[in-house]
Amino acid sequence: MSEQLVFTRPEVLADVATHYCPGCQHGVVHRIVAECLEGYGLVEKTIAVSSIGCSVFLYNYILVDTVEAPHGRAPAVATGVKRARTDAFVFTYQGDGDLASIGMAEIMHAANRGERISVIFVNNTVYGMTGGQMAPTTMVGQKTTTCPGGRCLEREGGPIHMSEIIATLGGVAYCARTAVNTIKNIAQTKRAIRRAFETQIKGEGFGFVEVLATCPTNWRMSSVAANERVGKEMIPEFPLGVFKDAAKEE
Amino acid sequence: MSAKRIFIKGNEAIAHGALDAGCRCYFGYPITPQNDIPEMLSSAMPAAGGEFVQAESEVASANMLLGAAACGVRAMTTSSSPGVSLMQEAISYMAGSDLPGVVVNMNRGGPGLGDIGPSQGDYFQSVKGGGHGDYRTLVLAPGSCQECYDLTFEAFDLAFKYRNPVLILGDAIVGQMKEPVARREALPIDPAEGGDWKLTGRGQRAPRILKSLFLEDGALAGQNIRLRDKYAAMAAEVRYEAFETADAELVVVAYGSIGRIVKSTVRALRAEGLKVGLLRPVTLFPFPEAALRDLAGQGKRFLTIEHNLGQMVDDVRLAVRGLADSEFFGFLPGNMPTPEDFDAPVRAAVKGA
Repeated sequence: MSEQLVFTRPEVLADVATHYCPGCQHGVVHRIVAECLEGYGLVEKTIAVSSIGCSVFLYNYILVDTVEAPHGRAPAVATGVKRARTDAFVFTYQGDGDLASIGMAEIMHAANRGERISVIFVNNTVYGMTGGQMAPTTMVGQKTTTCPGGRCLEREGGPIHMSEIIATLGGVAYCARTAVNTIKNIAQTKRAIRRAFETQIKGEGFGFVEVLATCPTNWRMSSVAANERVGKEMIPEFPLGVFKDAAKEE
Repeated sequence: MSAKRIFIKGNEAIAHGALDAGCRCYFGYPITPQNDIPEMLSSAMPAAGGEFVQAESEVASANMLLGAAACGVRAMTTSSSPGVSLMQEAISYMAGSDLPGVVVNMNRGGPGLGDIGPSQGDYFQSVKGGGHGDYRTLVLAPGSCQECYDLTFEAFDLAFKYRNPVLILGDAIVGQMKEPVARREALPIDPAEGGDWKLTGRGQRAPRILKSLFLEDGALAGQNIRLRDKYAAMAAEVRYEAFETADAELVVVAYGSIGRIVKSTVRALRAEGLKVGLLRPVTLFPFPEAALRDLAGQGKRFLTIEHNLGQMVDDVRLAVRGLADSEFFGFLPGNMPTPEDFDAPVRAAVKGA
């Protein structure tokens, strides 16, 4: 009996090695995004907005029309793209420093306006590209190069919970937090991104998916230990779930 | 009077010029003294089938402009000095990504919060880059409501011709005064504009990437050389008004509202027989260096008048260097000049030498 191939690479995902560190989960999230783009037949009409940080090279891996945004401004750039080209499918791909620190105003207001865009927010609780500095999502006690003694609640405040905040805003059609640390959670992440994309396709409003992911290099951990940390430490701090789904509230 | 001749403020002329030029995306944030523009476009832009967004900040509005520009759509943002400072990040990225867009600065007094009155304190910021990195923007300086309309109308063509941000540098005088303005035939929207680079969704073609990050060895150098050549080519767009310069012994150099006011001073002194003329740069980048150098070669002397402590005078001196110098008279922001305010300095300069 001949072998039958049942699992292939989405064509919109470039057949190249990525620049990401071993154990980094951007690649997993890229693949899910690629599968969802193909699943909905969106590849030809998609305009991606890449942001600043490790994922700036999104355009090297997901083969769609892409514009690069300044640090944190991807939701504003995506607003301009969507307003200029209302028939396009528009998504941003942002890290925690980009979205929850310098870009806090842009994400809040794009969400509140109910811009018909989808935001993929990869939260690994640290600045990756710049070398492991404290992020707004860094957990209390977590050591980084700019909080070497561990993030101190009294001095630096606690981690910002973006999904809980975004879900309170009127223009948001869908808001969920997922993780990619287990097969089950990867499947859930795909369901969430698919639903976020669907809200844009149906014109329901703003779609937001926060994905908890690893940064083994800047966490100073092995890939396996980093993945375990997501389950043991991050998920208790950042609970998974759907925080808002306009369709289900009707 | 032609039906196309309307009596409007300079700010409104900018809004009309943008609409008639086919601008269909406007992003802005309120700041005095340019609020007539977003207020008018909030209803006029949707009525024309376009998009109006009051952004959460000038940072966001300039980045919305970047996004719309990446789609090859004619788009604009407008602001005033402190707001334009916040837009510099996006303007630099647009220059680095070869994106066309129109940014209007109705210059007010500074530094800092300054005041809301007219000033020319943003000359350096406008013509020398303003944001980070090696880049230039085309800078157009209207001196009348008609020029507010015409230069805005033409700014979109220039932005797309060079794939570069174009700045309109006005001030509270030209923005708030009202004059008759002749409108042009509105341009039809050209869906093919930006054809070979704009983002549309890739369809069956290869993906397009609009970016300003160039990490490979030599890549940024190549980009910067290409940009340098582009800025050099912009010299073809130089514009200025020469008034009574042919037999002038003294040429006053002034732009925008101040150029307009100085013209009245020059006219009054001409009536007395004083040999004075005016050169009013309309493009501040490219700067009318050749015209100034030519006048310097004819042995003329120069007086630069600005509504600031002295900024454009540096460019005048560079243009005429080796042949002449330029005196400077700065009228301080926080005050509104009249033609009489320039009488004494021009009279002194023309009799000087």
